Amino acid sequence: MSKQKNKLAGLQKRKAISGYLFISPFIIGFLVFLVKPLFESLYMSFCNVDLSAGKITKTLAGLENFKFAFRVDPEYTRLLVEELSRMMVYSLAIIVFSFFVALILNQKFKGRALVRAIFFLPVILSSGVIIGLESNNQLMASLAQTIEQTTEGVSVTAALEDILRTAGVGVRAYEQVFEVIDNIYDVALASGIQIIIFLSGLQTISSSMYEAADIEGCTKWESLWKITFPMISSLFLVNWIYTVVDFCMRSDNQVIEKIQKVMIDQQQYGNASAMSWIYFVLVLAFVGITSYFISKRVYYYD
Amino acid sequence: MTNSEAMASYKKMGFWERNKLSGGYLLKKVIGEKAVSIIRFILLFGMCFMIIQPILNKISVSFMTEQDLYNPVVISIPEHFTTANYRLAAELISLKEAVLNSFLISLTIAALQIAVCTLVGYGFARFEFPGKKFWFAMVLLVILIPPQTIASSLHLHFRYFDVLGIFKLITGETLNLRGSKLPYYLMSAGCMGLKNGLYIYMIRQYFRNIPGDLEEAAYVDGCGTLKTFFTIMLPQARPIITSCFLFAFVWQWTDGFYSRMFLGSTKLVSTGLSRIVDSLGAYIQRINGVKTTISVAYSNCILATGTLIIIVPIIVIYLFAQREFVESISSTGIKM
Repeated sequence: MSKQKNKLAGLQKRKAISGYLFISPFIIGFLVFLVKPLFESLYMSFCNVDLSAGKITKTLAGLENFKFAFRVDPEYTRLLVEELSRMMVYSLAIIVFSFFVALILNQKFKGRALVRAIFFLPVILSSGVIIGLESNNQLMASLAQTIEQTTEGVSVTAALEDILRTAGVGVRAYEQVFEVIDNIYDVALASGIQIIIFLSGLQTISSSMYEAADIEGCTKWESLWKITFPMISSLFLVNWIYTVVDFCMRSDNQVIEKIQKVMIDQQQYGNASAMSWIYFVLVLAFVGITSYFISKRVYYYD
Repeated sequence: MTNSEAMASYKKMGFWERNKLSGGYLLKKVIGEKAVSIIRFILLFGMCFMIIQPILNKISVSFMTEQDLYNPVVISIPEHFTTANYRLAAELISLKEAVLNSFLISLTIAALQIAVCTLVGYGFARFEFPGKKFWFAMVLLVILIPPQTIASSLHLHFRYFDVLGIFKLITGETLNLRGSKLPYYLMSAGCMGLKNGLYIYMIRQYFRNIPGDLEEAAYVDGCGTLKTFFTIMLPQARPIITSCFLFAFVWQWTDGFYSRMFLGSTKLVSTGLSRIVDSLGAYIQRINGVKTTISVAYSNCILATGTLIIIVPIIVIYLFAQREFVESISSTGIKM
């Protein structure tokens, strides 16, 4: 008996060793190319980094760089606040939009595959450099301006905006919403993967649930909230994290542009590291706190 | 009358008769369905148009002469049709060389990344070992950390590259690896390239969903771990590997961040595109001999043409492999 046990332990050990061998590239890469640079940049954020004469000299400077980022640098604090608030509003908008589109695409109609393909297209196309170019396309902007001028007063959203403004309640909130609606193109571009994830979640819900609810006299609206929503609530968490992370890594992100400028153009490595650490910690805290609250509400079916 | 006969005779009736039988319910239902489908069509058409419109706009702009750009009458169909923009944009990003470089680099990098990520994903999916949870949490961390955070120190890391002080011992100098392609290949071999955490995650999910019976049968028959992996598991995972490879290729093709950081000296389509406006300025200055400011419209026109040239291969890939792209996401995203 004990011999068998020993043998089992041996097999488990062998499996464990081969498991480690399989993931060893990741471990090595992680330690060499992530942990080391991460600590180095953390260290550099507390240092004055001097690059003269082909050598790096780091002298400890305490919180100097952080003070610089918050107090001295004219742009950084403003950009940080702007970018973080943009991130909140847009991530919410992306989640809502992709949920809505996934609900529509889950219905049966002709040309569904084509529509799905089109919604997924931005994932492929608007990656890397292209998205950065897209956002400052002045030709498109001027075209939009001329269209706005020529169709003045005809626009539905503008009329709606006016009506809501005169109502006078929650003007700030409306303005946020309208800003998102004006930039619906950006929202649609960023929600390709989320739509697919929601869609695949929706397709796993068995139709017998809806039938049962239908027979009991449940309306479509009720079954949306009582069946669909809880059943795919875990995907909200996945999508939320993905959206926030995706948003803070986009190349047209102003904070990141600022950091790149400080690092490459001005060669101030210490300041750049401090800035990127502030940004990273804030984003991580944001992701952590929000996903904690979402995960408390998530309902797991099995 | 049996049930099926009743159904058959019911179907023979006219619409209004049936409506009468149901007490007006049928009419309401049909109208409701039609209304929903019309609204859905309008909504979806609008959103699809919104996504496609920039591409269509770029296509029409790219065939216009400069004259047409300023003509307020010309909106989408050029009056003076020209392909000169294409020739100029191709020359500005030195198309042949850039495409060749980009193609080679994207192909090799994608192949390397996916090969390594498959190994790692398989390790996470199929083996039990102490510390597995911890390392998988680290994979998630890799997905979360923006590469820009560590950019500055990576920059220096490769500027003064050394492995445990060996090179310094031998040559007395640290290696300057900036501007060479080696660092990026090294990083890819260590799963730290562009979005590699995501590929590991996706591949792991896929392997986890393959039933373990086959693998166990192979073990019982005396197949080693490596042989089992290559002959039994790998062929089964072909769909996810192809789609991850396609993702890796396409994202590498358009990537600006890693390319600028590691491959700055190589001519690539992505970096060429991001510099195209500057090179247009330099080009015109060289021709005219005087420093001239280029009009916004014309530089944007060239930019649109350049973008089109670059995304054409991606669109072709997408058209053929659309299913792979979409289904890999839907098969892996579902189980957390």
